[in-house]
Amino acid sequence: MSDTLDFRRIPWSPFLLALPAVVVFFGFLLAPLLSTAILSLQAFSLYTGIQNVYNLANYIEIFSDNYFFEIFARTARIAVLTTVLAIVVGAPEAYILMRMRAPWRGLFLLVALGPLLISVVSRTLGWALLFGSNGLINETLMALGLVESPVALMYTEFAVVIALTHVLMPFMIISVMVTLQRLNPQIENASLSLGASGFTTLRRVVIPQMVPGILAGSIIVFAMAASAFATPQIIGGRRLKVIATLVYDEFLYSLNWPLGAALAMLLFAAVIGVTVGCNALAERYFARIYR
Amino acid sequence: MTRSNAATNTGHAYLELASLTKRYGQITVVDSLTLDVRKGEFLSLLGPSGCGKTTTLQMIGGFVEPTSGNIRLQDRDLVRTPPSKRGLGMVFQSYALFPHMTAAQNVAYGLEVRRVGRAECEERVARALDLVGLAKFGDRYPRRMSGGQQQRVALARALVIEPSILLLDEPLSNLDASLREEMQVELRRIQQVTGTTTILVTHDQNEAMALSDRIVVMRAGQVEQIGRPEQVYEHPQTDFVAQFLGKTNLVSASVRTVNGVKEIVIGDQSFACDTALPEGPVRIAIRPEKMRLASSGIPGIVKNRVFQGTLWLLEITSEHGTILVQQPNVGTPPPRIGSACHLDLDGRDIHTFGTGV
Amino acid sequence: MRGRNGFWALAFHTLFVIFVLAPIAVVCLIAFTPESYLAMPTNGFSLRWFEALLDNRDFVTSFQTSLMLGLLSASAAALVAIPASIAIVRYRFPGRLFLLTLCMSPLMIPSIVLGVAFLRYLSQIGLGSTMPGLILSHVIIILPFILRTVMNSFGSLDPALDNAAASLGSSPWTTFRRVTFPLIVPGVVSGWILAFITSFDEVTMTIFIASPGLTTLPVRLMLYIEDSIDPLVAAVSAVLIALAVLTMLIIDRLFGLDKILIGNIDSDKNS
Repeated sequence: MSDTLDFRRIPWSPFLLALPAVVVFFGFLLAPLLSTAILSLQAFSLYTGIQNVYNLANYIEIFSDNYFFEIFARTARIAVLTTVLAIVVGAPEAYILMRMRAPWRGLFLLVALGPLLISVVSRTLGWALLFGSNGLINETLMALGLVESPVALMYTEFAVVIALTHVLMPFMIISVMVTLQRLNPQIENASLSLGASGFTTLRRVVIPQMVPGILAGSIIVFAMAASAFATPQIIGGRRLKVIATLVYDEFLYSLNWPLGAALAMLLFAAVIGVTVGCNALAERYFARIYR
Repeated sequence: MTRSNAATNTGHAYLELASLTKRYGQITVVDSLTLDVRKGEFLSLLGPSGCGKTTTLQMIGGFVEPTSGNIRLQDRDLVRTPPSKRGLGMVFQSYALFPHMTAAQNVAYGLEVRRVGRAECEERVARALDLVGLAKFGDRYPRRMSGGQQQRVALARALVIEPSILLLDEPLSNLDASLREEMQVELRRIQQVTGTTTILVTHDQNEAMALSDRIVVMRAGQVEQIGRPEQVYEHPQTDFVAQFLGKTNLVSASVRTVNGVKEIVIGDQSFACDTALPEGPVRIAIRPEKMRLASSGIPGIVKNRVFQGTLWLLEITSEHGTILVQQPNVGTPPPRIGSACHLDLDGRDIHTFGTGV
Repeated sequence: MRGRNGFWALAFHTLFVIFVLAPIAVVCLIAFTPESYLAMPTNGFSLRWFEALLDNRDFVTSFQTSLMLGLLSASAAALVAIPASIAIVRYRFPGRLFLLTLCMSPLMIPSIVLGVAFLRYLSQIGLGSTMPGLILSHVIIILPFILRTVMNSFGSLDPALDNAAASLGSSPWTTFRRVTFPLIVPGVVSGWILAFITSFDEVTMTIFIASPGLTTLPVRLMLYIEDSIDPLVAAVSAVLIALAVLTMLIIDRLFGLDKILIGNIDSDKNS
């Protein structure tokens, strides 16, 4: 009943307060995006550059060329595998972290989440050094006599997925922990007191309650993996292109900006579509339980 | 009955609420409330949650705008005065202490925004903290204080600006039982020392009775009864008041005259009663502590008995429904559960409300 | 939730920690190699690559650029985000939800899309390859972080505080200056730090708008790695890792890293 703000009757103050944000976001977010959308509709020729002809030619080219389809498929594959790996590793780890006691939990939270503060380039470089033909992994394998010559790990989808999982793992852990910390700590005890074993409690009580966090984390990880640039660029290189690195090449090497813009727009649409779609589905599902 | 009417009408009005109404859309929270508050008195707005007492207080404080009606303080129109210019002190349910300021800084805040000189400010802060018994806690931060101490700081902060009225919004509801009783005594003492007109909002009838000069019992946005605590308790004017203030037994009965003597008949038992009562069926209320176990009277069976330290509370099943009886603990335990007993009462302790069912 | 982790849980946890730390440790170790090629420092530690780094003007200037860019864009974003969050938290007005969605949207837009968009737009409006252009683009992507932390700290304030200040005679502006603002400072500071780190580490978008003359450290590093991987980039990365660890310890000391990233872990009873 406490209507705290009744006495603020000046109607224009919120608009005044929001004005700088509105100006910045219209001028430097919506305008550039719109301009890119228009660019994606423009024609391009190698000799005259961008032309003032507007059509869907770039999109038609993308959809009709098998080369692009392969790259889209690879991007999706990498994003899905990364998401799955992040769930398989991140969700149990979040639960383990949550169960830790005072000094350990703080310490390992730093270990698990701290990498977020380190540049993606540095973290990916670490994987490049590990995966290289004379990197630590190959040297260990050879020293153990498991392989005779270095295994090709760099420039493989496997390597990209591993490195991306490492880069994006903290987001999954954060999401799951946010959900876990909202849980009533008595609930596990309630289940145990009703005679359920530890494993049954985990399966019937804990995991179902982690699902919203896992879903939220998956959406973030998938979206970021699908549009990741630095990691695929370093680990995958020119040989293993994904949409983001393809866009980069179109813009900075082929200089076919309209095609690059069309690719970027498609990536944007796909990411937003998946994110919003999953969110809506998840919300509809969980609304039944949590409302 | 006549005394309670007199109490509401006499005395010079200090704060006047006239037909004060608050609606949120279709819902009327406060329904044309009219009330006079006298200078220096301690008035409680008492009622269950949702009765409009907090909204009333917030309208006085200026945090909720009335839909219609008037609030006048010594003939000054308050409705059109912003809260910061009303000069009322308020203690909030959550205390609302500024967490980044020490107790002394909290108390000094109202003086500083009034540009009171430094020396005077310090002196008044010290006096206010001393008044609430926190003279030594000035440089403590709220986080490091107990609930009761925070409560005192909030009180000192509200009082130091010498408010024309002190508004207390359920100030004791966040304290545990023993601390609450201690603070009730403190609050009453401080109010009597300062003489500040005080309006307390509470849903706790014991708190209202312990603290107030007058109690306003509210229900569904309207005043149910106004009076001194003992008047409201002893002479409830409605079922609701009788039931809300303490436990009460409601029984159907009738009044008749036998040999020129008025008596009240409950089942086949009759008791002499107030001669002013009109004859006919009535609904009566009688407090549990006014009922006695006796060798004759209304028959019943002990259904349950609860030991409450100084008291025994008995539930007696009778043909008039379950009747509560409170007995002082005098050493001998009351009859066991299941045993038969009789209830006696004094007809003059009975209140009646219109016709019985 | 505070049961004990069993043997398998701890084994899993150990593997996880190795997985997380291995690439970071490898970078740091190789940075200390005395060799002229990528190798573990098996024959003793050497600082030769850090010395080479200090002599490399490109890396040094881009480090300065990154620092400057982070400071300026985080501060500018704070100046825009604080009033916006007040509007969103304290008022109900038409377009409020739109404003919130707009301000949070950069979190959902792939950085590569923003890079492409800014590449052309900034040069069209004459801000291509300039510091103001870089700052503006970074303000867009870091503003959501500050907005969120500031809104959270508004949300955790007792709504009665405003009324308490008003009842004591304080005008709305005085209340903001003396009560509200001091209480949201921690939110502003933690948001600012998150924003600074995000700006400092940003590479995907910045690689499109940076120019050879005006490049941030991660972009410079990225471009260098595209050409060749040698101990010098490991040394750069080791420096970045050291800085990250330092910031992490500072944040952890000031607010608790978990509180900034996850929310308040142990006090969620009353929310």
